[in-house]
Amino acid sequence: MKKILITEDSATMRSLLVSTIESLDDYEIVEASSGFEALRLLPREKVDLIITDINMPDINGLELINYVRNNPNYKDIPLFIVSTEGSEKDLEKGLALGANEYLVKPFDPARLQHLIQKYLGRD
Amino acid sequence: MTQPIGKAVKEFLAEAEEIVDQLNLDLLSLGDCADVGDCNPDLINSIFRGAHSLKGLAGMFGFAEISELAHNLENLLDSLRLGKIPLVAGTLNVMFDSMELLGNLVRGAGEGGGTIDISPAVQRINGCLNARPAAAAELQLSDLGLPDKVLNTLTEYEEHRLLENFRKGRNIYSILVSFSIATFDQDLGELTDMLKQAGEVISTLPSAGGNLEAAIDFELLVGSQQGLDEIIAIVNRDTAVVTLLGAAKRETAGGKPVAPAAPVSTEPADQTTSTAVAADISPTAKSISRTVRVDIGKLDELMNIVGELVLSHSTISSISSRLRLDGFSTLALELGKAAKNLERRLTELQKGVMEIRMIPVGQLYEKMSRIVRKVSREQGKKVDLRLFGADTELDKLIIEDISDPLMHIIRNAIDHAIEPPEERRNAGKDEKGCIKLSSYHKGNHVVIEIEDDGRGIDREKVRRKALERKFISETDNLSDHELLELIFLPGFSTSDTVSEISGRGVGMDVVKNNLTAVSGIVDVESTPGVGSRFIITLPITLAIIKALIIQSCARTYALPITSVMESLMIRQHDIMTVEKQEVIQLRESTLPLLRLSGYFGLQQAGGTPDEFYVVVVGVAEKRLGIIVDDLLGQQDIVIKAMGETFKGIRGISGAADLGDQRTILVLDVGGIINESMRGSA
Repeated sequence: MKKILITEDSATMRSLLVSTIESLDDYEIVEASSGFEALRLLPREKVDLIITDINMPDINGLELINYVRNNPNYKDIPLFIVSTEGSEKDLEKGLALGANEYLVKPFDPARLQHLIQKYLGRD
Repeated sequence: MTQPIGKAVKEFLAEAEEIVDQLNLDLLSLGDCADVGDCNPDLINSIFRGAHSLKGLAGMFGFAEISELAHNLENLLDSLRLGKIPLVAGTLNVMFDSMELLGNLVRGAGEGGGTIDISPAVQRINGCLNARPAAAAELQLSDLGLPDKVLNTLTEYEEHRLLENFRKGRNIYSILVSFSIATFDQDLGELTDMLKQAGEVISTLPSAGGNLEAAIDFELLVGSQQGLDEIIAIVNRDTAVVTLLGAAKRETAGGKPVAPAAPVSTEPADQTTSTAVAADISPTAKSISRTVRVDIGKLDELMNIVGELVLSHSTISSISSRLRLDGFSTLALELGKAAKNLERRLTELQKGVMEIRMIPVGQLYEKMSRIVRKVSREQGKKVDLRLFGADTELDKLIIEDISDPLMHIIRNAIDHAIEPPEERRNAGKDEKGCIKLSSYHKGNHVVIEIEDDGRGIDREKVRRKALERKFISETDNLSDHELLELIFLPGFSTSDTVSEISGRGVGMDVVKNNLTAVSGIVDVESTPGVGSRFIITLPITLAIIKALIIQSCARTYALPITSVMESLMIRQHDIMTVEKQEVIQLRESTLPLLRLSGYFGLQQAGGTPDEFYVVVVGVAEKRLGIIVDDLLGQQDIVIKAMGETFKGIRGISGAADLGDQRTILVLDVGGIINESMRGSA
């Protein structure tokens, strides 16, 4: 089963993301409540896709994207940004750093599901 | 919000309350440090992030007021943290009050209470945005001589803090450190705590170190008054590399650190004076968002005015023709030209207002996705919802009105049509059922189709039920389509097809009625074992339409032109009667007829004329010829609701003003067609 890492500091938003992905029944999910936690999880879990917020308390999403894209072990993992409207500049930077897609909160669950399937295919 | 509160909403409310509580605490600390005149930028940023999260969450759960208020607060805090406006006492008060309101809204949402008007609070917040910005020297990030690798990962806020530190004459250090992957958060935490004593940690950039599996490198950006040696002493690690950034630039800039151009104002300032000066020196305090939220009621008003203008235009046109008839041809020509010009502009205006009302059906799709997820889980079925044409646009009011019917059809599909996984496997189908929801334009209409790959509608069951309820008799010979149409009859639905939507039982007849109320029509196709398809045809907008004005028994009615296919003149002897139904032969097909006089029970003065008009109307695939006495021409009309007293009169969808002080009734073509088809079935 393909594995998806969700990095998001809001527990509710995280559970929304989780239930959106869970309803596809095709993927395993690992949750990180901060950028640091994501950094710690990455070498432990073999992740196939990363979904990250931008505004987070320790390291921000951009820093996480930069880390992932410059690390030979993770550089090819598809990465989506899920961020709130009003962060357009940050979103643009995220895409420039190598994020593959972005969704704006309140995000469209169907679009997220569609994108996940597009990048990971179905089991 | 009268719906029962679901688990996810409860989770949201709990987190929202947590956020609001934390925001209140942070605001208090901010108040304290504002008094002292030295604000911790982290504090403002943390409040900003709180408001930011709350906005996103509330938006996800459809709590518009919470989201809106949080959004405005977020804008204000964004300007504060980016130094676009100074923190003054007035602003703090506004934030305290708004936070209290936010708390009330969150609690109110939990208790399902009424709504609170947030517009005064929003206005106050926006007033603060006009405050005098802290004047500062123009300084570019590129002046700092930082490597692109670092600049590219800075958020807008971090960029601002970097500039701010530079402006204050602080040194900017880059600190490269490497930690074990097992303990990096603790180690880094300790280091940043110590660095914060000496200055501000602006950003923490992780990077892949030489040892990918065991270590992780970080580049910290720190702004501090301290010299290089002091910072090295604080870091106190042999492996760490500490560099003073942008130093060369500083030297060339005149041998002294760039001094802050003006002291950053943290003093309470008079709100009125600051707004007074704002106009000419505050180009930056504008919202990032390019959209405005408007009450649909205001758009309705605007549409009404446009409608009245359209009527005034017709009056002017008719004056111009009268003038011509009375021999004032030059004047008539000029007036006619002016009227033509006015008409062009009016059409543009009308189109513009209409476009504002349009929203993509994608907004409905989100709701439907949630329903599918929820219901399929409840039922232990696997369902894949595929969405097409999410950007097809419809009038907002129509979108709102079709939400329930759509939800019902989809619920029904999961409840009754899609088989349980095992049954599907045995039938050689994919165990995951599929519901396709697609929207597209078709002429002046939008079509929404809901297609499932379930078991299809069981004709025998429908026939049995219809017999039980005496809708049909044993001898009735119904076509397949007529049989399927029976499911829309009032009273046909049983517990089998009734589902709970917003707490009340809804059957297919209600679905049909709801759709008819917005001049929509629903059709069904179904193949046993393969699936069913519901086809909903809707007008793009209800607000202002072109209508054919007709006359029957000396009464005038309007027929929406979108449903008029053609009109013909016929004679009495063209009419044939098939099974008690009047029909005419129109090209290759037989067209059922309906006498408006008979439908409304009107008395035909002076006997039946031998020659009359037939207006062929159609919605979706259905056609009907309406017999009328006269066609009076085309006109733009604004449909007004009939009000509570006359609500639900069959065959009438509203009233319209003709501009010459006459009010006429607008025929509900969808309803009339449905009724006459049912009568003939």
